[in-house]
Amino acid sequence: MTIVGTSGLILNEKLLFEHSDPGRKGYSLPKLDVPAAELPAELCREEISGFPELSEVDVVRHFTRLSTWNYGVDSGFYPLGSCTMKYNPKVNEVAARIPGLAFIHPSTPSHLAQGSLELMYRLQVALAEISGFAKVTLQPAAGAQGELAGMLVIRAWHEARGSKRTKVLIPDTAHGTNPATASLTGYDVVPIASDGILTLEEVEAHMNDDVAALMVTNPNTLGLFETNIEAICKLVHERGGMVYCDGANLNALMGIARPGDMGIDVMHFNLHKTFSTPHGGGGPGSGPVGVTEELTPYLPGPGVEYDGENYCIEATRADSIGRMMAFHGNVGIMVRAYAYIRSMGGDGLKHASEMAVLNANYVRARLEGVYDLPFTSRSLHEVVFSDKDLEGDCHTLDVAKRLIDYGYHPPTIYFPLVVKGAIMIEPTETESQEVLDEFCDAMIAIAGEARDNPALLHQAPVRSRIRRLDETTAARKPKLKWEKGA
Amino acid sequence: MEFPEEFKYTEEHEWIMVEKDLATIGITDFAQDALGDVVFVELPEVGTVLEVGKPFGVVESVKAVSDIYAPIAGTVEEINEDLVETPEIINTSPYEDGWMIKIRMTDASAADALMSSEDYQALIAEES
Amino acid sequence: MRYIPHTAGDVTQMLERIGVATLKDLFVEVPESVRLKRPLDLQESASETELLREFKTLAAVNATSETHKSFLGGGAYNHFIPAVIDQLISRSEFYTAYTPYQPEISQGTLQAVFEFQTLICQLTGMDAANASMYDGASACAEAVLMAMRLTRRKRVLLSKALNPRYRAVVATYCRYLNLELVDVAIADDGRTDLTDLAAKLDDSIAAVVAGYPNYLGVIEDVAALAEQAHGAGAKLVTAVAEPVALGLLKSPGELGADIVVGDGQSFGLPLAFGGPYVGFFAVRQKDVRGMPGRLVGETTDLEGQRGFVLTLATREQHIRREKATSNICSNQGLCALMVTIFMSLLGKQGLREMAEQNLAKAAYARQQLSAIKGFSLVFDGASFNEFVVRSEEPVAEVLTRLEGAGILAGIPLGEEYPELADCFLVCVTEQNQREEIDALVAALQGGAA
Repeated sequence: MTIVGTSGLILNEKLLFEHSDPGRKGYSLPKLDVPAAELPAELCREEISGFPELSEVDVVRHFTRLSTWNYGVDSGFYPLGSCTMKYNPKVNEVAARIPGLAFIHPSTPSHLAQGSLELMYRLQVALAEISGFAKVTLQPAAGAQGELAGMLVIRAWHEARGSKRTKVLIPDTAHGTNPATASLTGYDVVPIASDGILTLEEVEAHMNDDVAALMVTNPNTLGLFETNIEAICKLVHERGGMVYCDGANLNALMGIARPGDMGIDVMHFNLHKTFSTPHGGGGPGSGPVGVTEELTPYLPGPGVEYDGENYCIEATRADSIGRMMAFHGNVGIMVRAYAYIRSMGGDGLKHASEMAVLNANYVRARLEGVYDLPFTSRSLHEVVFSDKDLEGDCHTLDVAKRLIDYGYHPPTIYFPLVVKGAIMIEPTETESQEVLDEFCDAMIAIAGEARDNPALLHQAPVRSRIRRLDETTAARKPKLKWEKGA
Repeated sequence: MEFPEEFKYTEEHEWIMVEKDLATIGITDFAQDALGDVVFVELPEVGTVLEVGKPFGVVESVKAVSDIYAPIAGTVEEINEDLVETPEIINTSPYEDGWMIKIRMTDASAADALMSSEDYQALIAEES
Repeated sequence: MRYIPHTAGDVTQMLERIGVATLKDLFVEVPESVRLKRPLDLQESASETELLREFKTLAAVNATSETHKSFLGGGAYNHFIPAVIDQLISRSEFYTAYTPYQPEISQGTLQAVFEFQTLICQLTGMDAANASMYDGASACAEAVLMAMRLTRRKRVLLSKALNPRYRAVVATYCRYLNLELVDVAIADDGRTDLTDLAAKLDDSIAAVVAGYPNYLGVIEDVAALAEQAHGAGAKLVTAVAEPVALGLLKSPGELGADIVVGDGQSFGLPLAFGGPYVGFFAVRQKDVRGMPGRLVGETTDLEGQRGFVLTLATREQHIRREKATSNICSNQGLCALMVTIFMSLLGKQGLREMAEQNLAKAAYARQQLSAIKGFSLVFDGASFNEFVVRSEEPVAEVLTRLEGAGILAGIPLGEEYPELADCFLVCVTEQNQREEIDALVAALQGGAA
């Protein structure tokens, strides 16, 4: 086996502030061509204490060095479950930087912003087609904000009908954002148990007149399709509730099945997962929300409309839950996502979902028997193992850290919470059989090391620039900024 | 792990030491072990009136957080100020230096209903 | 498809290894009844050349600061963007990474965020800043929620001079939380009316929220706002939509603000029709554990080397779930990096010089505009780079007339402020040359004549 992890020449780098030298300059501004002006002295500050003074070279070298300490999708395999770390196409980056799209002010009158508005409108329509919903809003900045928008829409619908329901059902496999969102919408959370997937009986037992909505993730965080989804949606509707779907895992279903056709009422998309926009070291993402016809009046506003001739920002709607963002959301991310959809076409998106599912099942086939597989029904886009069968007092964290030495970004670990010591692998469609084989070889080798030489796992990583970090001290005595002389 | 005979215990993994109508409360050795390195403790103000079963404080490790529930009704008489700067004493000395609060009980006899050391050990044997 | 490496041969081999015959068999758990039985109705795939041609065609009909003389501000600003920024953020180790869950291979992101947090603290005069929020408006909403948690109070006073978009987002976030939002009037000088504020403040108020500078371009008396708020036990939230102003103005922290939020767009981010931008969020030391969002902290590794980790995560949704300080799960990482690079380049001198240029250009424009017949200035409170102009000619007509001259003269205020229906908001930055300002003046004059 070829191990792709090595430790090459890695350069050290101080903090910006430690480089600073008074009098250095890293910018140029035109000479002032109007008379200077002054503010009343009592409004003005002294110089900004601690602010850096650096040359352009200092800054460029600083951040270039920092970049080499990071691992991205472009560095190698990044099977972070639930995050869909697929390849980020470069033409999308070029598209987003076209000056007419990059430098347009958000308050530009609609008739002078037709290009951006048309692009947004086309994206709304494409996402509605992919998901089977009547209408899509692009405003939310990320999945969690999409959830908030979606749950506010559901609450607004209930309020409009005079319904005073107070609870939301959330399965134990859900992302933490789901309960946090429900609570931000003023609802109490009722956790419900799943046995891999949700059963109709479990939902039925909890679905009463107090329950406003059920929040599901489909496919769920175990990578399993919620096979009872239609019956569950029907039941929730009969009892006066709505079904929210966390669309984090839509990458398994494009062109295969549409959440809107399953009876789901509201779903958010993660453009930074399914639609290939870069994760940016934590963002920006984009979290559009699709809803059924019945819920369209409550969508956040304003959205983009088309009257057959012109595109415009719609007028304020009386029933709308209001604005989620100061302007139109993360438009630059929408441009990238639309570029992806145009590059792929309908067939291409379906092919992507098929290959994503093929890859996850291939990894599963190769690792089953080596690692414990707690849920055995057919996986979709991701597969969840556990550390139960590991020897040598080795745990999930040790496997993750050892994978770094082999040159891989570790999978998502210790999530979902229903699997003790979870190892959640989502390869995505953009990885070849060759990459998957190398990764699986590494996983198998690590299981062997756990048995034969567990110290290799316990001390890992040893090839990275730094070793395991003391997170306990970081939390006990938080040091959240640089201070002079500290 | 030790579970002193003279203490009472709860299902929420707290211990209670009763002296007349004063109860000292902390979390058990089992609880501190399950949480891992404690990094932060939040305690109520002195004088706070506690109701049975209501959370009065929080114990946090790096990746877990646990509410602490009042095992018995009463008024907070004293809190362990040392926990603010050195929360790790909950790990090193859960039954002594790591005590959390002392409360003046509304009804001291209520403590009799709590679990004995033996019952508590049976409970955690089941849980783990 | 060039993003998907599988050959037909690979697929066959892989299916065999899995032990199924066809791709369709992988989807056995998806009931037949919910399967899509037709192809997706989307345009056929476009090649790279076709794609860029299509996007450039769309882009060509947009008006930007490259096609028009632009005086649009109102929460999004046309500022100088150093070339270095795009070059550096195009390093794909930065932009193709995700949240630094594995610190050993994410030190680049982590150290940059630590630097971002430090720079935001220095800029705002606060003790601790998080790793960023979605934008200034959502950060403002989160600040209101935080103030409510800290004070356990249920009413919030919003200055009417706070950016109306921020006000709207606050209202959305608070919609079902049993919170009452109360407006505070605008005084004649364009600042928040301190008398009205005093009348409305009592021990039910969680927070007072004001812009700095405010939406009308006027510089609030933050010290007075803080004093009043604190007198009633309320928190002062200061929202900074135009952080370039902080190159000159006293920091909100120095003036007594409890929570400082704002948008970093002015610091190196393209306007991009409204986003992605980046919210910042800064607090006092004692409130750190109550703040939303990610935090990066310094620590050491096994060998004693300095390193950085995500910390105080127990506040967050993935651990505390429904009791979390917020549902936020990501941040605007790459945008925060852009802001960090921008501040590093501009530094101590540069930010001040840029702020002075904005002040001077706006002062020049103010003075020129006020001299034109039919136009007048509305507020006399000190301002930074924006100001409100009243027009005798209907605003819509003025703006349309100036569009004809290739000028985006400003943002009409009537929709948000009916009493200012005859006014528009003008923004002048260091990007507007004197000739542009003179052209604006000449064009306005042309109509009045």
